[in-house]
Amino acid sequence: MFVRLVYESFRRQKRRKLLAGAAITLGVTVATAMIAVATDIGDKINRELRTIGANLVVTPQEDTLDVEISGVDLKPPSDGAFLNEADLPKIKGTFWHNNITGFAPMLPVNVTLQRDGKNEDITLLGTYFAKPISFGKETFNTGVRTTHPWWKVSGAWPDDSSRDVLLGERLAAKLSLKTSDSVSLSGRQLRVSGILSTGGAEDDEVVAPLALAQEILGKPGAVRRVYVSALTKPEDAFARRDPKSMSGPIYDRWYCSPYPQSIAFQLQESIPHSHAEQIRQVAQNEGAVLTRIEGLIFLVTLAALFASALAVSAAMATAIFERRAEVGLMKALGAGKFAVASVFFAEAALLALFGGFVGFAAGGMLAHQIGRSIFNSQITIAPVLFPVILVIAVIVTFAGSAAAIRKAVRLDPVFALRGEL
Amino acid sequence: MKGNAFNSGADVAAKRENAPHTSMFMRMLLRAAVLRRGRAAAALFAMVVAAAVATAMLNLYVDVQAKLRREFRNYGANIILVGRDGTSLPPDAVSQAESVVAGRGVVAPFALVVARTSDGQAIVVAGSDFERVRQLDRWWSVSNWPAAPRQALVGVRAVSVVSPKNQPFDLSFQGHSIHLTPAGTVQTGSAEDSRVYLSPADFVSWTGVQPSTVEVAATGSPEEIAATMRQLEQAIPAAEVRPVRQIMEGEARVLGKTRATLLAAASLIILTAALCVLSTLMGWVFDRRRDFAIMKALGASDRLLNGFFAAEAAALGATGALIGFVLGIGIAAWIGRVNFHAPVVPRFSVLPFVLAGSMVVTLLSAILPISLLRRVQPAVILRGE
Repeated sequence: MFVRLVYESFRRQKRRKLLAGAAITLGVTVATAMIAVATDIGDKINRELRTIGANLVVTPQEDTLDVEISGVDLKPPSDGAFLNEADLPKIKGTFWHNNITGFAPMLPVNVTLQRDGKNEDITLLGTYFAKPISFGKETFNTGVRTTHPWWKVSGAWPDDSSRDVLLGERLAAKLSLKTSDSVSLSGRQLRVSGILSTGGAEDDEVVAPLALAQEILGKPGAVRRVYVSALTKPEDAFARRDPKSMSGPIYDRWYCSPYPQSIAFQLQESIPHSHAEQIRQVAQNEGAVLTRIEGLIFLVTLAALFASALAVSAAMATAIFERRAEVGLMKALGAGKFAVASVFFAEAALLALFGGFVGFAAGGMLAHQIGRSIFNSQITIAPVLFPVILVIAVIVTFAGSAAAIRKAVRLDPVFALRGEL
Repeated sequence: MKGNAFNSGADVAAKRENAPHTSMFMRMLLRAAVLRRGRAAAALFAMVVAAAVATAMLNLYVDVQAKLRREFRNYGANIILVGRDGTSLPPDAVSQAESVVAGRGVVAPFALVVARTSDGQAIVVAGSDFERVRQLDRWWSVSNWPAAPRQALVGVRAVSVVSPKNQPFDLSFQGHSIHLTPAGTVQTGSAEDSRVYLSPADFVSWTGVQPSTVEVAATGSPEEIAATMRQLEQAIPAAEVRPVRQIMEGEARVLGKTRATLLAAASLIILTAALCVLSTLMGWVFDRRRDFAIMKALGASDRLLNGFFAAEAAALGATGALIGFVLGIGIAAWIGRVNFHAPVVPRFSVLPFVLAGSMVVTLLSAILPISLLRRVQPAVILRGE
């Protein structure tokens, strides 16, 4: 009898059931999409923040002081220590290698520019543009095109194995050189593949593949410093603690959290004789920005959950309220409160399961669409969330129906049947 | 007796004649709200919540840019002024820049020279106004800011070179030397770590070199910052004005994406809230099909009926929107305080949209059931079928 009641109710009241089901589906869709966006927004914004530049820098451990004024390096080239280029792929072997979006080695070299018989001292910066690196079985491209996305080139980026160079835009204007001209640097004729505009000190410099800079300096494999761009977690009091003072499990927790400090610590471990540090301007502020945006989206998600819960409750309440006559009939025929309530709860559960199922799929698709159109990347929803969403849908539907069902079971059948309520 | 009855009938007629025509209409509206308090309250509640959520979301959407821009100003300068071809800036450059920015940002001058330590090592020494630097470069991790003259702020890497035991040290520049006491250290992870910072007074009296760079952190939209840059160029012709592109581009990207996400979320939430109102109100109107049938049976015209339900819906929409607006402003302010530690400014420009949106939703949810019911004979409804 119970099953028949529920079954017939669905069969005969298709319109009403469809309306209530649609409300639940919509509610679950919005909730799923917002939860998916909220869980992924940190990672997405973190990647956007990487456009501001690297947040970690690796320098030789025993380095002398930088003597650099507005990008011009006044330190004698033989002075100071170097990192070994051969150690760099190890960056991708650290614990948090998946969080490292890219790195770029830098080697500034002072060169003489020969022009119209005159000599002029300028800086040549050797780096990777988009160099393929392999570590273990993994290969990836890295260089300034990933770590310094605001560098703009008119013309072409040089190949990392070529002997082509980029001229900074102010230098190019001063020398009145343009793309595919050649420039004479320290006795070498080099082709200009493009003009570089960065808005910084590089506008007055020549930027060349790292191998070329090493050749001019006469130190194969030498690297002055390495900029590393990593996805990090906002720093907190725990992050600032000194790893040396930590005991085993606490140290493990610190080591396995992607704080700027712990990633720097791991970089230092993997590259011999190096010192890794966060670039505070970038690392400190991105934590603040990230926390704000995550907090905002979290609060907005709460609002979305609240709105969808309300929509579901409203739809359920309306659906039950419309069936007073039915309740009156059931009660007149001797149904107890429990019997009446269980019919409604069974119907609500069926609707919630159906709505949860369809809504989860639709919400996943919606989140995917939001990710594609806003961030140009996937927002995937973890399948783990499916049972959670389903349970939430059932709970919200029950909670929404509860008040209306309570009212319904208290109904006096006489009034209900006469339609006087 | 007869006359009396006639008189009283005339009285009633006269009363009806004199009474304003709207009174029955108003009475019906009021009674509908008062007598069916429960359902009317439920509908109003749904409307208030929807309007509040919509107001809060729109307010946040409008305000989030300003809030995040403020966060981004912690990244420091977004405009840099340097002397053309490596020359110093004119001495009035800072005050000029200050007057252009006029409170909408921070201006900090920097002067740099290469000096020698007592054992002949080259070191970059910078002269800068510490008060301004503190506001501009908040990420500097400084153990103790210098307060007295002849005190220096030493970069963490420079410490081992100039003053490993925190002792006073001498620096020389072009034959002039200065005796300094280290006040504290600065750590930034970039070039500042290898430098020694002095106050501008000490720096100028020692080296005679004027600031070569002025860093400006200007607040505002990209257009406002571009305008500030043009004004700076006009005010200080000797300076080259450069944007710090990485900061500007990063800021624009993050702001754009955040706003787009917020817009998507806001649309979803407002849509859900609107549908919630729609379903509650439609239920309410459907529920009153008996009122509708009686009115129709008593000879009310379609126009009057439509007018009645529309007026009811509009009143509900307007009341809900106004209460919801106040609540929504409160929610937005609370989110601002919790998340940005600054209240979100109430944007009254949002009110017309919320009001219009609420009216449209309520009217829609009144008109839809009415147009369905209109086709049904009142007798059918009254019989309860």
